[in-house]
Amino acid sequence: MSYDFSTYFPLQAKRVHEACGPSAFSFAFALAGQQQASVLWVREAWLSDQINPVGFSQYINPHHLLLAKGKDQSEVLATAEDSLRSGAVGLTVIELTKPIGLTAGRRLQLAAETGKSTGLCVLPDGMGSNAAQTRWRCEPIFDAADSTLQRWEIIKNKSGTLTAWTVRWNAETRRIIVVSETGERPVPQGASR
Amino acid sequence: MGFSDARAFCRDLQSHPADPVGDQRFLHTLARWAKRYCPWVGLDGVDGLVMDVTGSTHLFGGEESLLHDIHLRLKRAGLSVRSGLADTRGAAWALAHYGEGIAAQDQPLDAIGPLPVAALRLDEKSNVGLQRLGVRTIAELMALPRATVARRFGAEVLLRLDQATGEQAEHISPLPDPPRYQVRLTLPDPIGLEADVMAGTGRLLEKLCEKLKAQEMGARVLSLILRRVDKENQEVEVRLARPLRDPSRILPLFERGVSAIDAGFGIDQLRLVATSVEPLPVQQMTHSQARNDDKLDDLISRIGNRIGLENVQRFLPADSHIPERSHSIAPAAFSEPAGSWVALRERPIQLFPPEPIVGTGPAPPRHLRWRRMSFRVERATGPERISPEWWLTDVNWRSGVRDYWKVETKQGRRLWLFYTPQNPGWFVHGQFP
Repeated sequence: MSYDFSTYFPLQAKRVHEACGPSAFSFAFALAGQQQASVLWVREAWLSDQINPVGFSQYINPHHLLLAKGKDQSEVLATAEDSLRSGAVGLTVIELTKPIGLTAGRRLQLAAETGKSTGLCVLPDGMGSNAAQTRWRCEPIFDAADSTLQRWEIIKNKSGTLTAWTVRWNAETRRIIVVSETGERPVPQGASR
Repeated sequence: MGFSDARAFCRDLQSHPADPVGDQRFLHTLARWAKRYCPWVGLDGVDGLVMDVTGSTHLFGGEESLLHDIHLRLKRAGLSVRSGLADTRGAAWALAHYGEGIAAQDQPLDAIGPLPVAALRLDEKSNVGLQRLGVRTIAELMALPRATVARRFGAEVLLRLDQATGEQAEHISPLPDPPRYQVRLTLPDPIGLEADVMAGTGRLLEKLCEKLKAQEMGARVLSLILRRVDKENQEVEVRLARPLRDPSRILPLFERGVSAIDAGFGIDQLRLVATSVEPLPVQQMTHSQARNDDKLDDLISRIGNRIGLENVQRFLPADSHIPERSHSIAPAAFSEPAGSWVALRERPIQLFPPEPIVGTGPAPPRHLRWRRMSFRVERATGPERISPEWWLTDVNWRSGVRDYWKVETKQGRRLWLFYTPQNPGWFVHGQFP
């Protein structure tokens, strides 16, 4: 069964979604590139790896991205809630390092509904909250011809079924392109169907 | 006189560019300092101060010691000063510019009589005219019949003469005090409820914003000081991402701080101070270039008051090939987006501090283990050599030049590795999408 990619991406507005997997960052940047308004990226200050604006400038103009650094996860969540509730930014990306409870997840959902903006939690594998609207696992795929190929898979969906797509990034047009005949492609060894 | 002519007279002459604005600013500073002698200090021309010391000389032990004190202090500051003190502003001006010292009380003419007529603040034409007639000093001018002087030179000369002798009054207009952005509300009974304090703050904020509006200023940092009945002060500080003077946008920012206040037995005085203000001129709103970043600025202020305004940041491009230095991070509240982003080569979206992996030789390893995961390298693109910037010392680049490789693995991950030929070793530095 093939589901239309465009019904799920860009993500449903006024909700908070989740992304995990090795390519979760590029998923977040690809989503940010679709936004008209600014994007706020919230993360903890102690994280040693950083996002590189020169690298993600192929997805989104770095001037449209603001970075907020919280001391710990509770500050990050409070900042994200403020940002979602104000509706001043189109997308709030929240980098999580610890699992969040149902209360925190639900608060984010309510804030997103009030502010009419979208939220995306980027989290390590297996740390999702039940309150999320959809959860995506994103993995890069090796391909001899193309070095942007990825597999995006919905692993949790509150209102719909679970599907997977193989996509690639077109840097010239700044668009996600869904690659057809997924059945004939090799699936990475670690990926679960 | 040209500079070369002047040099002919004085061989050691040095020239400096004139800075009238700086001079004027210095004169204002000096005027503020001069308020230690009397409250009425005004500017006189572009190079003078005029002070009305009536009634304040006794504080310094008389007129002479007052002048002596002024001279002493200004000399210590490296200034050369001429001064005059008299009953009238005109006589004091004449003494300061063409004589020196103090005119005796009620006898200004004795002191300024021998001075040239130019000391009366006359214009060039009357000055030259009087000198042509042989009237050189003020005493000689006084001796002439008033009617003829008025007919020949107009009322201006007589006015200046009368001002010098005290027949005509002349005022000193002191410099205005700089506006203070501070309002206060004292309550007859102490309050303790959060809503009450917020209502009081709202009232103060309206008054303060009217003050700011009149001066075309905007507040950058606001401080709310709450005095409790036991004389203890509680302070709430709010920092703004942009200069603002809109009460409805500032008031919500106080909510968080006020809710954390310990009211004790009640608060009986609220004081609101704009500790840092910036010019915020009134701007014409047009439909084409209306700034609708207001909501974003409010959000930055709101977040900034929670996690610190310097922790809300934006990226700015920087001119360097070193991956970590190809961008700079600046607080969003104190910077504007500027510059364009150029990626000459593909760069990873994530950068890690270099993580060592096992590998030998200048060619990328076929198998690698990184973060407890093992990968088989299918394709490697490179090398791209990046040299350290010798003009900057960077601990991370002590190992010398780096050869960067983009490595695509069978497992999917695309990593950015580098090899340091001068100090053999392999490291993972970033990850591509």
